[in-house]
Amino acid sequence: MRTAFINQLIEEARKNDRVFLIVGDLGFSVVEPFVQEFPERYLNVGVAEQNMAGFAAGLALEGYCVFIYSIGNFPTLRCMEQIRYDICYHDLNVKIIAVGGGYSYGALGPSHHATEEIGMLRTIPNIVVCAPGDPLESQRITTFCTNHIGPCYVRLGKAGEPVVHEDLAELSIGDIIEVKQGKNTAVFSTGSMLKYVCDFVNDNDLNASIYSFPFVKPINKSQLKEILESYQSIITIEEHQSQGGFGSAILEQANDLLNEGSIKALPKIKRIAINDKFYSIAGSQKYLREAAGLVLEKFYF
Amino acid sequence: MDSKSLALQVRMKVLEMVHHANASHVGGAFSMADILAVLYNEVLTIDPQHPGDPHRDRFFLSKGHACSALYATLGLQGFFPLEQLDTYAMDGSMFLSHTSHKIPGVEISSGSLGHVLSIATGVAFAAKLKKTTFKVVCLVSDGELNEGSNWEPIMLAPQHKLDNLVLIIDYNKIQSLGFVKDVIDLEPLRAKFESFRWEVVEIDGHNHEEITDTVTTVSNNKNGIPKVIIAHTIKGKGVDYMENTILWHYRSPNIDLYNNALKQLGTT
Repeated sequence: MRTAFINQLIEEARKNDRVFLIVGDLGFSVVEPFVQEFPERYLNVGVAEQNMAGFAAGLALEGYCVFIYSIGNFPTLRCMEQIRYDICYHDLNVKIIAVGGGYSYGALGPSHHATEEIGMLRTIPNIVVCAPGDPLESQRITTFCTNHIGPCYVRLGKAGEPVVHEDLAELSIGDIIEVKQGKNTAVFSTGSMLKYVCDFVNDNDLNASIYSFPFVKPINKSQLKEILESYQSIITIEEHQSQGGFGSAILEQANDLLNEGSIKALPKIKRIAINDKFYSIAGSQKYLREAAGLVLEKFYF
Repeated sequence: MDSKSLALQVRMKVLEMVHHANASHVGGAFSMADILAVLYNEVLTIDPQHPGDPHRDRFFLSKGHACSALYATLGLQGFFPLEQLDTYAMDGSMFLSHTSHKIPGVEISSGSLGHVLSIATGVAFAAKLKKTTFKVVCLVSDGELNEGSNWEPIMLAPQHKLDNLVLIIDYNKIQSLGFVKDVIDLEPLRAKFESFRWEVVEIDGHNHEEITDTVTTVSNNKNGIPKVIIAHTIKGKGVDYMENTILWHYRSPNIDLYNNALKQLGTT
């Protein structure tokens, strides 16, 4: 996913001479091709994420489209106030890229488990919150971010995520992607849970729909309304705490649609997310997802 | 108007604003009033009619709690009608009591300490990148240097030879809850900055000639080194009962104290 990101960013930088990449001393074997091609539009600001965010705000004030890149909690939680006040309050053109969403860096421990940042970021006005589901979605989201004027957050996986989509059109803000058409039950997936969801549904021959949500905020309202009206049962799945994350966003919007009379009834909504816990055991991403209960069961369908 | 008259007008306006709004932070506004008056009157090139001109000099106020002095300076320089300041900190006013970028002439909102030097450093870097020559001046408080986030750009700026960045420290020796030397002594402050590879100049932050000469000289010195001006100031400068007191970080003058202060300012 991170390779798809950097390759697309290089494409964007070729077209747009305002694209600038800042890293917080991370990105080994990822950012090198960008640095090689655009040495004057790259800076390593060192292990200093608060400064990275503020410095990016300064560059954005001067007209640059600034991408800041680091691992999981570092370009997000570590500098949350700079994101809120310097970047989002001033509505500046800064894109925050976090590699290693969820338990991507499982064995590295909770310092590297990015499992709360979506909940925190999506409460902040002006920011678009993205969690692409496969390398192709990452590529499209990178293009979206470059063209969108304003703050964006992108949660990437790590490396080696398989491609799910055979083809994918350009994304507009809030787009929901239909991955598989089925009946009665729909699985809503965000971020890199997507491949697991597709495999589970296919391996078990389930006649369920799958939707990928590369945007957690905002989510296209009319598209969501139409989907909610088409199913009796929805399952949301995310690699994030259950409070305030993607499932919460779906519940809130579903409730608002019901409350304003746009839908007549709520489908049953089952949320699969981390149950308010830290996991201080080592493990691969797959191991930790299972330990945290981020799994589908046949009887949910 | 010369800068001395401007500084006096700024203090009188600030006094009126904080009295009227029953607002805090007059002490920190007065300690930097001379610096602001000189910057806007003598040093910075910013057209009040075109505050967004890309060639303008950039001034970034980090100690946002003292914004009354910046608003007063901008109002007196014609960035907006002066009478708008009557609404300072009132219901529905754009004039928040921490610096607001919605006000013409204000580059950045500030209020949470330790944020703005990073932004100014990014702007100074961008200026180099674009090969433009505008000045980038950032003013911070002394207490604010407790924020670790300030020391990140202090480390970064010399690394990239940002000689177009001028940092001014309003060193009034008093922070929110105590004297700086009793909370976290900043001394030796000059040596700290020198060891971080900055060029350091110490001045009397109330001496207008010294402020003008120093800011002009250091801004024009393209020696590959960022500059810090340690401006020794007096908190509450200009009103005897406010000077050097912690109380006047917070307090707002009642009508008697307001009249007393006005009288003192008028006779200095």
